[in-house]
Amino acid sequence: MSGATPMLEVENLDVWFGLGRDRVDAVKSASFSVEQGESFGLVGESGSGKSTILRAITGLAPDWSGSLKVAGEPIPRKRPKSFFKKVQMVFQDPYASLHPRQSVDRVLGETLRLHGFSNIDNRVKRLLDDVGLGQAFRFRYPHQLSGGQRQRVAIARALAPEPKLLLLDEPTSALDVSVQAEILNLLADLRAEHGLTYLMVSHDLSVVGHMCNRLAVMKDGEIVEILSVEDLRTRNARHEYSRHLLDASL
Amino acid sequence: MADPLLDVEDLWVRFPSRHGTFDAVRGVSFTLGRERLGIVGESGSGKSMTGRAILRLIRPPGQVEAKHVLLDGENLLEKSERDMRAVRGQRISMVMQDPKFSLNPVMTIGAQIIEAYRLHSKASKSAAYTKAIEMLEAVSIRDPERVMRAYPHEMSGGMGQRIMIAMMLIPNPEILIADEPTSALDVSVQRQVLDIMDKLVKERGMGLIFISHDLNLVADFCDRVLIMYSGRIVEVCDADKLQEAKHPYTRGLLNSLPHLDAPRERLDVLKREDEWALAPSVSGRI
Repeated sequence: MSGATPMLEVENLDVWFGLGRDRVDAVKSASFSVEQGESFGLVGESGSGKSTILRAITGLAPDWSGSLKVAGEPIPRKRPKSFFKKVQMVFQDPYASLHPRQSVDRVLGETLRLHGFSNIDNRVKRLLDDVGLGQAFRFRYPHQLSGGQRQRVAIARALAPEPKLLLLDEPTSALDVSVQAEILNLLADLRAEHGLTYLMVSHDLSVVGHMCNRLAVMKDGEIVEILSVEDLRTRNARHEYSRHLLDASL
Repeated sequence: MADPLLDVEDLWVRFPSRHGTFDAVRGVSFTLGRERLGIVGESGSGKSMTGRAILRLIRPPGQVEAKHVLLDGENLLEKSERDMRAVRGQRISMVMQDPKFSLNPVMTIGAQIIEAYRLHSKASKSAAYTKAIEMLEAVSIRDPERVMRAYPHEMSGGMGQRIMIAMMLIPNPEILIADEPTSALDVSVQRQVLDIMDKLVKERGMGLIFISHDLNLVADFCDRVLIMYSGRIVEVCDADKLQEAKHPYTRGLLNSLPHLDAPRERLDVLKREDEWALAPSVSGRI
């Protein structure tokens, strides 16, 4: 690893929901860092806390403690607008994450306006070209798009503020395998073109193996092991649970 | 093969729409013996519609047409709605994708299993209770007495799906149709549920129709696979020979999957060709 500041540093992150007797510790002292330009995966079963880490980073899970740093700067409790220029998220279900009564143009235009961009018309056009949709889709509504096209719009929306770090929460698990291949290729191209850093959650080890350089295996809110993709390919997992997960998925 | 359990010939499912009739399933033929038959395809390929059409679960304005859908020589399409009810659950059962939507949220699990069982047999309540406990044990649920008293929201997804399987198998049907039974589950739980289903199907000599979008899972789990594309069967092959499939669509699907052992820069993208949709359906009859 080079001496550059990591894009994301997570140290001793605890995330919990509820109070007192009902308190659930969803993430327990998780620590990892993601280098600039790296693609890092989080894998584990449902309920293992992998998505919760992403939600804590973006501020969707308000109860957390520990240290979160993006490009060397600590994330404050109240996230300023400048934070969302650096960090954006793409959600799992493209059917749920787009407003059903807003056209693609409005979704993208509003995001750009909120982030104080001018020249919105040109930027919307460029975003659509970037995600391979083209101008024909600009004035369509979500119900006029297929699942893969919707996910492309969601990715375009995340790219609108020109972020450095993209949080991907199971970006392809709601899609067919043939469409999954298109979206994974698109994400790989975008990372190369824009120099993005990815933090990607997935339950599919072969998808993570394809997309990521390193990955963390999670169980019951804890990171049990951090593996490189080479370790994953050679089945070189030390922890019993990661080996179990590898066996189950291959 | 000796007499098949189910014999479907030239099955069509049509939905009238403003732009003319939409054919969701177009002339599909296959037979099912005492085997595990997989149906794979993408969303919209008509695989779920095929499963539902067999049970005549397509609601109007949708129409089901076929030369015949024979269950042990009886044509299901000629049966009255009343007779169909004796077939559903009793002789052909169906397990759906998400247990959350298939179980009644305001009834205890015990009450639901017992109700389902007593609908089809004249067993007494206590006999039904014992049978339900037995069945829950058969699907590897620990502490079945507690589960009988519990409500669906107290169950995890994997448990819910096993409960559904238990409920569906109690009347000892001849055929089980499983529509994406494990796609809502985690990989590690997926295996467990499949193993249980496999064991029960084998022990009871049932026929299984396993509908899934997951090629590898089907290749692993089934004996024979039908690959569907836009309402038609484009290829039929033995599950262990799926990797040698010839149809460009099947090949495309297989190649679009990332593989851990064969890393690639880019994944192949499926290029659809019109002729796949136009070519006549391949028969899956034996």
